[in-house]
Amino acid sequence: MGQWQPIATIAADVQAGRVTARSIVEQSLKTIAKRSDYNAVIATLEERALSRADTIDALVGSGASAGRLAGVPFIAKDNFLVFGAETTAASNILKGFAAPYQATAIERLEAEGAICVAKANLDAFAHGSSTENSDFMTTKNPRDMTRVPGGSSGGSAAAVVLEMAPFALGTDTGGSIRLPASYCGAVGYKPTYGLVSRSGVVAMASSTDVIGPLAASVADCALVIDVMAGRDSLDGTSIENDPLGYADVTPALTGKKVGVIKEYMAEGVTAPILGIINQAINAMADAGAEIIELSLPSLPTALAVYYILCPAEVSSNLGRYDGQRFGYSFQEADTLETSYKQSRSRGFGKEAKRRIMIGTYVLSSGYYDAYYKKAQTVRTKLINEFNAALQEADFLVGPTAPDVAFKIGENIDDPLKMYLTDILTVAANLVGVPSISIPAGAVDGLPVGLQIMAAQRADRELLSFANGVEELLA
Amino acid sequence: MGKLSRDDVLKLAHLARLELTEVEIAEFVEELSEILQYVDMLQGVDVTGLKPTNQVTGLENVTRPDTIVDYGYKPADLYKNVPAMQSDHIKVKKMIG
Repeated sequence: MGQWQPIATIAADVQAGRVTARSIVEQSLKTIAKRSDYNAVIATLEERALSRADTIDALVGSGASAGRLAGVPFIAKDNFLVFGAETTAASNILKGFAAPYQATAIERLEAEGAICVAKANLDAFAHGSSTENSDFMTTKNPRDMTRVPGGSSGGSAAAVVLEMAPFALGTDTGGSIRLPASYCGAVGYKPTYGLVSRSGVVAMASSTDVIGPLAASVADCALVIDVMAGRDSLDGTSIENDPLGYADVTPALTGKKVGVIKEYMAEGVTAPILGIINQAINAMADAGAEIIELSLPSLPTALAVYYILCPAEVSSNLGRYDGQRFGYSFQEADTLETSYKQSRSRGFGKEAKRRIMIGTYVLSSGYYDAYYKKAQTVRTKLINEFNAALQEADFLVGPTAPDVAFKIGENIDDPLKMYLTDILTVAANLVGVPSISIPAGAVDGLPVGLQIMAAQRADRELLSFANGVEELLA
Repeated sequence: MGKLSRDDVLKLAHLARLELTEVEIAEFVEELSEILQYVDMLQGVDVTGLKPTNQVTGLENVTRPDTIVDYGYKPADLYKNVPAMQSDHIKVKKMIG
């Protein structure tokens, strides 16, 4: 990629006074404006960003440290609360919502001098695989404007590949960082469940939601994770970070055991993609990694587990949108119940309603055991199989997606087919393990992502290994 | 299981406080049935001896001290988003119709 140096270099240049934060932010804003026809960005935060840039330049001028991300612009998916800025989650029901506080992830990035320049488009409430479920607009794939960027963090992935900023933030509940990274040709990182606080991020499915970066390189993702990771008293599910941190990603391949998951290299994945992934695996072997074949027999059930648990948690998390305390409100109603129903029916898009309905069904009395509890139990089975596989291998590899980016409109009338695009990514969310997608090649000019997973809390090892693989594939 | 009727859809919509259009009702009868038939594959999975998983990283009873922390945010920032207010209270429509 062209106009951005590695994030650490940008910050060092700003700190040394070789370049101003203001000029970097202006460069970012200019690129956003120039490439607005891709619909990657919902809103820019020009005034706020430039004023923060001036603060950082003043700090540097006074000889103080401006932080490890001094002057580095970034774009946040529009389900992150950035204080004072509108946060819509690309939904009509949250249109005009002024964030009354700030997400911990944003807070930590800003504390190290990073600057949020814009909010990226997404499938409304992060429900989707293409950004076509955005209530506002569909983002276009930077490699082919007739195709989707993947989702739900499609705006974030497109923004990074269009070089609007050196990195973007996404959320990944079932693949929403990795799928668009794969479709657009970016690196997308989903950390271990709980590694980054979700305080201040619009909740989707709380037992699998994670926050992570999209960027041009593994090293950039690692630095961003290093800044965001760790316990937060505002998120009870957050975990301690690795005392060694995540920023030092020395490539490490020799002697590593790499498990090729049989079920990931199976039917449903196109032949050209299998070819690219096999090539990458051969390159790992040549570089000294030990390749073993492994099986996760329950993997084919993962998507069914996900499409019970996710809507169940969605229906619960979206219960708060009642039109009374914030968000779209139907004020012409006579009674509270009518106000609830009309606010929700007019405010939610089709996919949100679909998931609320499924979730309500699987949680309803009489069906709870057959659906929700059964899915939670099959989830245990999946976890056990992953644990066993990760005893045998340090890393698990496979494709990120079964195919390249599809055409805009191609799957919009077939929700089940749309859900199937997540088939290779959801398991990592259900099991809570870290997973990364890195560009491994292209089919007819359309990017293909390689997915690498590791054990829970092995984020540092995974990033180091992925950095080594990235060098091999370059 | 897995096949929904029009009445099922209407009942679910009411439980979820949604009012659906005729078009949406018809679509959901089809689409939700199809999705439920897909997830029905789990009914055949043997889970003998396994317990359900609710939390994947093994955390339990995470608490923090019950003290007031000043994060610098103000109630007025919250009120900006409230559709209807009267003094410091949120105003809603009558509850009994």
